[in-house]
Amino acid sequence: MKALLINRKLTSRDNNINAYIFLAPYLILFIIFILIPIVIAIILSLTNFNTLQFPNFIGFMNCVNLITQDEIFMQYVLPNTITYALIVGPGGYILSFIIAWALAQLPKAPRTILALIFYSPSITSGVAMNVLWRILFSGDQTGYINSWLIRLGIITEPIQWLTGSNYLLPIMIIVALWSSMGVGFLAILAGILNQDETLYEAAAIDGVKNRFQEVIYITIPTMKPQMLFAAVMAIVNAFQNGMIGVQLSGSNPTPGYAGQLIVNHIEDYGFIRYEMGYASAVSVVLLIFVYVFSRVSKGLFAEKDY
Amino acid sequence: MGRYRKGYINPKRFEIGQIKIILMILPLALFMLLPIVFIFSHAFKPMDELFAFPPRFFVIRPTLDNFYKLFKATTTSAIPMGRYIFNTLLVTLAVVIGSVFISTLAAFALSKLKFKGKYTLMEINNAALMFVPVAVMIPRYLIINALGLIDTYWALILPLVAMPVCLFLIKQFTDQVPDSLIEAAYIEGASDFMVYRKIVLPLIKPAVATGAILSFQQVWGDIASSSYYISNETLRTLPFYMNTLTSANNTIAGQGMAAAAGLIMFVPNLLLFIILQSNVMNTMAHSGLK
Repeated sequence: MKALLINRKLTSRDNNINAYIFLAPYLILFIIFILIPIVIAIILSLTNFNTLQFPNFIGFMNCVNLITQDEIFMQYVLPNTITYALIVGPGGYILSFIIAWALAQLPKAPRTILALIFYSPSITSGVAMNVLWRILFSGDQTGYINSWLIRLGIITEPIQWLTGSNYLLPIMIIVALWSSMGVGFLAILAGILNQDETLYEAAAIDGVKNRFQEVIYITIPTMKPQMLFAAVMAIVNAFQNGMIGVQLSGSNPTPGYAGQLIVNHIEDYGFIRYEMGYASAVSVVLLIFVYVFSRVSKGLFAEKDY
Repeated sequence: MGRYRKGYINPKRFEIGQIKIILMILPLALFMLLPIVFIFSHAFKPMDELFAFPPRFFVIRPTLDNFYKLFKATTTSAIPMGRYIFNTLLVTLAVVIGSVFISTLAAFALSKLKFKGKYTLMEINNAALMFVPVAVMIPRYLIINALGLIDTYWALILPLVAMPVCLFLIKQFTDQVPDSLIEAAYIEGASDFMVYRKIVLPLIKPAVATGAILSFQQVWGDIASSSYYISNETLRTLPFYMNTLTSANNTIAGQGMAAAAGLIMFVPNLLLFIILQSNVMNTMAHSGLK
């Protein structure tokens, strides 16, 4: 009798109803705060919605306006975002890989300390960011960077780093790169550390000559899944940090729209002008951006053998 | 044998060959480290050093003045500092515990239970890894408004609890728990929940720690929730308050307080990672995305 019961229990586990109970809390919150918002963003992007009246359907007018009428978007936001994302995304990613690869060749103690140094900038929150970079790049001659450059004789007049439009985007990129060694970096490091040593031995016999070849033919191919995870994290991070232009300059819109990224454009239209339909259209563009970038990295790193 | 030497990756001890690696990495490490040092150094500067000309990077006569002023500033405002601290601790704890709890439950189901739609759900969650919360700040606002959560703690907590990265990492780690162990428990007559509680949970502690760190990082410095969903000042969190202090109050007294505030926000994050870093590295070893 008992054996029969166990047997029944084992077969009923082919479609275990309990699994849905385990999943329910996560799924409910996932649906309410991730899935439905994406759907609403897509629907709202097709409407004119000012938060007071019921949204009315206008089809692709928002998209058309975004491309044809919105000079700020086409002239500043889009080029800024592409420049920023292309440098911070792939750039931060490649940097993460090189550093992780170098660190993997050190013994545990120095490796742990150095990994902590590289990782810690990624956990500086908005407040620390504010304090740190706005003071270092302060525009008058008492600003740290200005003062150093003047003393070194490189410049004679203090530069308006953050409140002018010339240097804001490059500074944003530097700051973003500085804080880009996050979870993805740790994943790559762990991936390299867990590689099978015998592979390298075999490769040496097969004629792999130098470290560079080792990286290209063994290190990267054997840890593609980690590389893909890190790539997705790098992309998400780059877009998620889109607020730094506003944090650094202290104003939205940023001076001369120099640091205006797509995220700021959403906030500008959504929460400052309350044109939620239009802002949603911009959000959808952002989601498409992230998706395209992720597809590209999938193409590069997905396991193709199954 | 070509150039291959044993112990090239993860060497056990120091060798001469590693010096060139260190030389290569050191300038970069300094570039990464200096701003962090500055956060510490700046927070302890007395007033005259904060505004010294020419400015000095390192503090000479460290003082706790800035921290003292920061706490004093809040006694003159309507809401005491303690309230912001309480709000932040409450929200942080709720989000961290909540997200770890629901992620481990879901990860157990996705990894060890058989049911219909399992692979579809996993695929959806993998796709959600590329989800960028800022892209849906408007719909989220509308949903929170429709649910009547504006100006409640729930608005600060609920949107942050379901984290695809958290679930993904914990699920990957749970895959390592041997099935034989779980089968044995079922034969002994354990229920699904017992297996989760007594067998899986103790074995996936490193992943739990990692999930906790990631959700902590997300909620601890979160300014957006407080500014979009909360208009009642008594419900707002510490980072929001510090942010208003640092951005609005850019006066002479403000800068020292801002520096102290920045350090206060940064240190818990750093400490938590230092304490749990071996767990994190252990989890990351299973982070592959296929």
